[in-house]
Amino acid sequence: MKKNKRQKLSSQELHKRMDKVPDVWVKCPFCGKTIYKKQLGKYLECPDCHYAFRIGAKQRIELLCDNFEPFNLELKANPKYQDPKYLAKLEKARETTGLNEGVLTGIGTINGHRTAIGVMDWRFIMGSLGTATGELLARLFERATQEKLPVIVFTASGGARMQEGIESLMQMAKVSEAVSEHSKAGLVYISYLCDPTTGGVTASFAMQGDLLLSEPHALIGFAGRRVIERTIQQIPPKDFQRAETLLHNGFLDAIVKRNEMKTTLSHILAIHEGGDKNE
Amino acid sequence: MSKDTAFNRVLQARSKDKISIKALIDGITDDFIELHGDRAYGDDPAVYAGIGSMNDKPVTIVGIRKGDDDQTDAEVHFGSAEPDGYRKALRLMKQAEKFKRPIITLINTPGAYPDVEAEYHGQGYMISQLIMQGMQLKVPYIAVIVGEGGSGGALALAVGDCVWAFEESIYSILSPEGYATILWKDSSRAREAAEVMKLTPEDLIKQGIIDRIIPEIRNNDELKRFKADLFGKIEELSAMPTAEMLNQRFARYRNF
Ligand SMILES: [Zn+2]
Repeated sequence: MKKNKRQKLSSQELHKRMDKVPDVWVKCPFCGKTIYKKQLGKYLECPDCHYAFRIGAKQRIELLCDNFEPFNLELKANPKYQDPKYLAKLEKARETTGLNEGVLTGIGTINGHRTAIGVMDWRFIMGSLGTATGELLARLFERATQEKLPVIVFTASGGARMQEGIESLMQMAKVSEAVSEHSKAGLVYISYLCDPTTGGVTASFAMQGDLLLSEPHALIGFAGRRVIERTIQQIPPKDFQRAETLLHNGFLDAIVKRNEMKTTLSHILAIHEGGDKNE
Repeated sequence: MSKDTAFNRVLQARSKDKISIKALIDGITDDFIELHGDRAYGDDPAVYAGIGSMNDKPVTIVGIRKGDDDQTDAEVHFGSAEPDGYRKALRLMKQAEKFKRPIITLINTPGAYPDVEAEYHGQGYMISQLIMQGMQLKVPYIAVIVGEGGSGGALALAVGDCVWAFEESIYSILSPEGYATILWKDSSRAREAAEVMKLTPEDLIKQGIIDRIIPEIRNNDELKRFKADLFGKIEELSAMPTAEMLNQRFARYRNF
């Protein structure tokens, strides 16, 4: 209200200016509202629709954990992959995320609950599942099985990593194997599906949790919208792959606002405390 | 062999002349009975499955099939299974475990069916369960890529003790057309994509993705030989202690 001049701008003009000052204004990708960035708060949520803005792996850990010890940080894509375009993408992703691979794994404490945690970073080649990504996740579950710890994985991924071909597809099986070993030990796995979770990640560990949680309006699906449009000439409804649709269809346990993420998770962890020792 | 391009192999894998899943099943079993339905939602004809005997030994067979003509192709979505198809597959595979029957999967699919209804009924969830629960089945589990082995929709039925592939088959992360579209924004470069994707059986066996290449089946004698190979492998796996068989299976996937 203070700046009447701004209200007279066409929305097109306003967005053009906003693009020049991206640190001040953002547009909610879900409801389209233009928001003064500070209004998003530390959890980066739309004040109107509660859409949880995409965040990197390290940022997620900061919001969630009292302390966090990462492991296998040195693990990276096999040097046998030599395609210069792929190598350039990896380099850029490493710079952007500060990670060697698309998932940050380690052991953290959430309100006192020691937990094995994996966070996929969507900025790392769209959070795609490469061989090293799969290896990090498999080792996370294996470590948790050894130490009898619960696992939480935050998924954010476009699916398999095309550049690594069929070996990327095999990661779905590899991680699934580690998930089952953890499950057979009577330990709890909470899968937390974040925007966006699609393709081979949805078709494997993202959907294998004992509990499936998500964030408001997160995009979750198997086949991409464009694939569906192209393959069968069908125009999918606007929100056909939103978390709310999956909840309605029975494929999620709950949608949790990001400012309630920590309390919700520590609540669930408390209920599962003791793991296989519960009789 | 060397003059054979990878894209030719793609075309051969998709060929209408390839032996059908139904003919294969009839050739390797004596008294096959098709079993229907997922007990939750429907019966997807793309998944052709049931029970029968192989040299008097009961087996469960689950196939993903393409159509024989335009009409059946439309019914089975050109060999693309829906979630209820995968749910039927999982139901019958769990049943096989109950009755200690070995499982054979016969795969010819370009991929899981991409449509809105499939998304609503949990396409991703069902594939995730077939991978996780399938890998745990305490009975011998042999997967055979007969034609196309497309992406997660094929992997869903290919997490057994061994994965075999027909000589004229492909197994890949997605179709060469899709690969060219995604990586190069140009679907017309499918031919080139097929070359770099390493999707032929010869490439796959080098990487340990498949364990054996099956000569293409064009007549009854070849079908009999395939049956004998399958039966031999079943006998070999059945003779192993279950824990050892499973550990070997887990290691197969853990090493990727
Ligand atoms: Zn919003």
